Amino acid sequence: MQNNPFVVTRPRTAALELNTVIRNTYSLLSLTLLFSALMAFVSTSMEMSRIASLFCSIGALLLMWFVLPRTANSGAGIGVVFAITGLLGLSIGPMLNHYLALHNGAQLVMTSLGGTGVIFLGLSGYALTTRKNFSFMAGFLMVGMFVIVLASIGNIFFHMPALQLAISAAVIMLMAGFILYETSQLIHDPNANYIVATVSLYLSILNIFTSLLQILGVFSKDD
Amino acid sequence: MDIWIKVLSAALLVGMLVFIYPRMRNAMQNAPKGTQQDWMGYIIPVLAVAGFVLLLIMLVRH
Repeated sequence: MQNNPFVVTRPRTAALELNTVIRNTYSLLSLTLLFSALMAFVSTSMEMSRIASLFCSIGALLLMWFVLPRTANSGAGIGVVFAITGLLGLSIGPMLNHYLALHNGAQLVMTSLGGTGVIFLGLSGYALTTRKNFSFMAGFLMVGMFVIVLASIGNIFFHMPALQLAISAAVIMLMAGFILYETSQLIHDPNANYIVATVSLYLSILNIFTSLLQILGVFSKDD
Repeated sequence: MDIWIKVLSAALLVGMLVFIYPRMRNAMQNAPKGTQQDWMGYIIPVLAVAGFVLLLIMLVRH
């Protein structure tokens, strides 16, 4: 075969790699969300107990902390992501059953679901189109999460409805920040890992959904 | 049983604090500082999210 001097072999460009990371992230996120929804359906159908759901949450967190960092750069990481999202889907079953038992439960759940979708798509679209770098928010987001977890520990034992409402509202604002931050990291961080990014975005979506459900549940009561 | 669920939940959250704390310190020390314009790029979308949530609340109350 003759070498044609007018044919230029281009190396893979950074833009192509960036698009691959973004495409892989959102593809995996879509699949894991569907899988998680299926597990949530199984959990509600089985009427899973609160203690079982708690163990599912613990299992998911252990996988995130100890297994995911070791497998994020291999094919096994995809299986770990599905395990994490499946366990978290199972864990929200009791919460869904609690709200579905209300007289307008189905409306609450569907409104929360739709609202979460709109929030996520809006924020992701904003971060992707403006291409702003939100890496400056890392410290603020971590401190915010620390404060919220601390407040949640207090709320477990003192159980103040106003505090629970404030925590839910704060979680939504913070998770909005995480969506912006993670999406901008996909664009600007050359070492972005689509498996880790998928888990981060999934957690943001799940937290927004559960917090929105709690807020709408409180405000939909007639008293 | 209820008390054990609370204890287990609290233990889980304390574990999260232990996990988050070193990452929080690292992020506070090493993350770049944002300008006022940078922060407005976060505040404005978050205010839009807050407004949307208020809309959803009004929706479920009717």
